[in-house]
Amino acid sequence: MIWLDTLAQGILLGGLYALFAAGLSLVFGIMRLVNLAHGDLIVLGAYVILVMVSVTGLNPFLAATLALPVMFGFGMLLQTHLFNRVLGEDILPPLLVTFGLSVVLQNVLLETFSADSQKLSMGPVEAVGVPVGPVTLGLVPLATLGSAVAVIAALNLLFYRTKLGRAFRATSDDATTVQLMGIYPARIFSVATGIALMVATLAALYLGARANFDPTIGPARLLYAFEAVIIGGLGSLWGTLAGGLVIGVAQATGAAIRPEWQILAGHAAFVAVLLFRPRGLFPRAND
Amino acid sequence: MSAPLLSVRGLTAFYGDFQALFGVDLDLARGGCVAIIGANGAGKTTLMRTICGIARADQGEILLDGAPIHGLPAPEVLRRGVAMVPEGRKLFPSLSVEENLQIGAHERRGNGAWTLEAIYDLFPVLKERRRNPGTALSGGQQQMVAIGRALMSNPEVLLCDEISLGLAPVVIRDIYAAVPRIREAGTAIVVVEQDIGQALKIADHVHCMMEGRVTLSGRPSELSREAIHDAYFGVTHDLA
Repeated sequence: MIWLDTLAQGILLGGLYALFAAGLSLVFGIMRLVNLAHGDLIVLGAYVILVMVSVTGLNPFLAATLALPVMFGFGMLLQTHLFNRVLGEDILPPLLVTFGLSVVLQNVLLETFSADSQKLSMGPVEAVGVPVGPVTLGLVPLATLGSAVAVIAALNLLFYRTKLGRAFRATSDDATTVQLMGIYPARIFSVATGIALMVATLAALYLGARANFDPTIGPARLLYAFEAVIIGGLGSLWGTLAGGLVIGVAQATGAAIRPEWQILAGHAAFVAVLLFRPRGLFPRAND
Repeated sequence: MSAPLLSVRGLTAFYGDFQALFGVDLDLARGGCVAIIGANGAGKTTLMRTICGIARADQGEILLDGAPIHGLPAPEVLRRGVAMVPEGRKLFPSLSVEENLQIGAHERRGNGAWTLEAIYDLFPVLKERRRNPGTALSGGQQQMVAIGRALMSNPEVLLCDEISLGLAPVVIRDIYAAVPRIREAGTAIVVVEQDIGQALKIADHVHCMMEGRVTLSGRPSELSREAIHDAYFGVTHDLA
């Protein structure tokens, strides 16, 4: 029974990691940009929701709907005025720029909100449990997993069923030839980063609802997101969900054995997958 | 003679650090077909890439219907009506055959003749294979997709760069059989070719390039085999 509960908690935790990773996967899949500031952008999203809550007095879920367009716009601006300037054949400049952005974001948040821990209080809903067979699952963790599945499904629909998604895939394949189709790669990249930051904001909502956050926790979220993306296979959205679940279950299992093994078990699972499947569980055929 | 649809005047351009074009002139009539022949390194592809906006012109001008298009980015050149079939086809591996065609219509110009059905009518084999990945097709079929993809924007000018390269003669014949139908639909064509015989057969006007310059121009009927040979290979005859 305990193991069943551990497995269920691990899967729910994996949903949060999949949300952390989905934006990273999206951006990498389209423009081969490894965004080292992704974790800090998630934390920024949490603070934006916090500000919306304190300004409007709304529940964090509703406040997040206000934060989503703000973060979309911020993502577009970031891509247009910063990342697009350094994207090219050499992968080093974007790495350095996103690393620098990570440092800047942490310090701006520290100056603005102090180092005090914050939390997005959901109210009574936080204590609601849903009995599922022999185990009881929290409503917020269930919503996290449901949102992760919904986000991945929606991104897949966007990618494979829409004109914009076709442009995303073609730009990812060949950013020069796509210009002969009337498409500006820089604009496509900006929309992609805008969408990635909306997903990051959703991740931030559940991050803030489940645990305390402060300006310095971004890099650790980035690490989990990276591991989920790489376990799943670079650029594969459903693979990213699977990667998140693998890390979540490994961490929950590690914690069940010895509480201090939680983080270690997640990293060990990452190394184990890389040993046996170096390209991840669901690598894209043309990578 | 009416004003040309596409006019290139004194075009100079670089390929990396090397000057690839030295004052090239070219005219294309509405609905016409011009062939550009020349050996490897003659500057043909640089000329195509400069007209379509992928490469920048250093000097000179490119006019479409009298309006300058040099200096415009490639997506804007397409919007003005110049589509390109790039050398090597450059299909998108993540997209199916049909999606490769559809993305050609991303910036579709008006309600022209070129719809998905019209492309399938031009190249029926593509309809049978429309669900396949574009890059899973044979070389000739991939070339058909590349031509169809460029037509889907309903261009006034279609630039075709080395569309017969690496293809079997029977496949080349099938592809070139589409050229008259494309012209009948009102689209003018510039074809870059190394196959001189094919170029002379389809074009109203032929330009031979060598080392970035047009060394011979004329109607196919006006050009002797010897003159073309000399211009193509850069042979100079000593005058005794």
